[in-house]
Amino acid sequence: MDKVIVANDISLSYNANETIINQANFSVDSGSFVFITGASGSGKSTLLKSFFGAIKPIQGSLIVGGVELSDVSKNKLNFLRRHIGIVFQDYKLIKEWTIEKNIMMPLIINGYEKSVIQNQVESLLKHVRLKHQAGKYPLELSGGEQQRVAMARALSHNPILILADEPTGNLDEYSSQLIWNLLEGANTQLKTTIIVVTHRIPSTLNVNYKHYHIEYGEIYEIS
Amino acid sequence: MKSVKNHFSLIIALLSILFCIQIFIIVDRSIEAYKENLANNYSIVVVSKKQIKEKEMLLLDESISSVQELPPDNVIKRLNTNIDKKNMNLLKLTLPKFYKLYLYKFPTPDDIKKLKLNLSKNKSITKIEDFAKTHDTTYKLLVLFKNVVFIFAMVVSIVTMLLILKELRIWQFKHNERMSVMGLFGAPIWLRSAILFRLAIVDALISSVLIFLIFIYISTNKWVLLQFQNLNIKVEVFNLVNDSLLLLAISLIVSVTLAAMVVLGHKEEV
Ligand SMILES: Nc1ncnc2c1ncn2[C@@H]1O[C@H](COP(=O)(O)OP(=O)(O)O)[C@@H](O)[C@H]1O
Ligand SMILES: [Mg+2]
Repeated sequence: MDKVIVANDISLSYNANETIINQANFSVDSGSFVFITGASGSGKSTLLKSFFGAIKPIQGSLIVGGVELSDVSKNKLNFLRRHIGIVFQDYKLIKEWTIEKNIMMPLIINGYEKSVIQNQVESLLKHVRLKHQAGKYPLELSGGEQQRVAMARALSHNPILILADEPTGNLDEYSSQLIWNLLEGANTQLKTTIIVVTHRIPSTLNVNYKHYHIEYGEIYEIS
Repeated sequence: MKSVKNHFSLIIALLSILFCIQIFIIVDRSIEAYKENLANNYSIVVVSKKQIKEKEMLLLDESISSVQELPPDNVIKRLNTNIDKKNMNLLKLTLPKFYKLYLYKFPTPDDIKKLKLNLSKNKSITKIEDFAKTHDTTYKLLVLFKNVVFIFAMVVSIVTMLLILKELRIWQFKHNERMSVMGLFGAPIWLRSAILFRLAIVDALISSVLIFLIFIYISTNKWVLLQFQNLNIKVEVFNLVNDSLLLLAISLIVSVTLAAMVVLGHKEEV
């Protein structure tokens, strides 16, 4: 089976005197659904960051989408990122842009045609139940609504890989359910590989998933 | 409303720079026009025992633009009139000659010294009246005025630079977030900074147009024209071709440099 991510003996660190992830081995099959759990501060976000090249492994080899990230050029990294959809813990929406424009962003970066962009954004707004909010700005929305915008943005360009960092962190039941449905839909219908960092694995999920746990800088396979 | 606020601060900074530059240009033009005016009115009177031809006089110093011989009748008129015609003609011949010398440009005190020295090489010249005292005060006043304007322009420039630097920090903060997020979705650096450059260029165009309108208004303002008229000088307040091109170029350079500095200072968040 194809691998989207292959990590061999990678160590991750922000500074010399503290290693967050220590010589971990890890791989993700194409089209799979993966959960990563762990205590707060255990390094879940750090691991996710390494998958889109925001931090480089200080040792080992990390290959994502066929690209070796421990030694990657800016152009190649940009190319890879255009095929990844990220949902950040703090949403990272662009405040001075409307909801609609925020969702469009990856499509614009990928150079899609205007008509395609318009259709895609309209359908996504419907999916995340924010059609009537399209012209608003992020700070005019609730946390749950902002997270739904971030999810729509991550899905907009049909990426091969979605990385979601606590996407339902402190959301209401309604928004949480919507987000799990969207992730499940992308995985089953579009065969998108999905990696989700979370505290709690939802019981309502109808997909086979893998579960990894991070503790003391090591990654354990639970199921 | 939101976009207006985005543009406002840079436009104000650009306006103040452009305004300063154009004011400086106008002051410079006024001083030049005034100097020319002074030079046209300024003359030196030379008294000579013998007649000196204009050509000969011009050869004495290259700063002399023209020579005018003062008719002796004025002098004679002042000595009474009980002289018959024959004697009068004789007198005219024996009287010294008076010449008025005009200069190309308004001379510095040093220029005058040199000129006097050169003139005195001609042995028939007995007296040179340079009106040095009046000339000296006018000249010093002009220099003082120019210096005051220069210091004023410097102070305003420094304040504007501080304003721009502060603006740069705000820009860096404001645009860094968006550029980082776009980077996380794989936007190449030119695409990340395209908005910034577009904003910079639009702001430069807006402030240029505003400054054009301001100075077109000033150049037709009655009070302003009256001031120049009182000084007896003609000054072009705003040249529609040269000045507008210069100001447009400066505002584009300033704002695009600002944008480039933001892009260069851009750091990706981790
Ligand atoms: N940008 C950073 N610079 C330095 N240290 C960081 C940074 N981000 C996170 N850390 C540290 O790395 C460790 C793991 O953080 P993180 O991966 O965010 O944990 P988690 O997402 O599992 O809660 C923490 O001790 C945190 O303090
Ligand atoms: Mg985290």
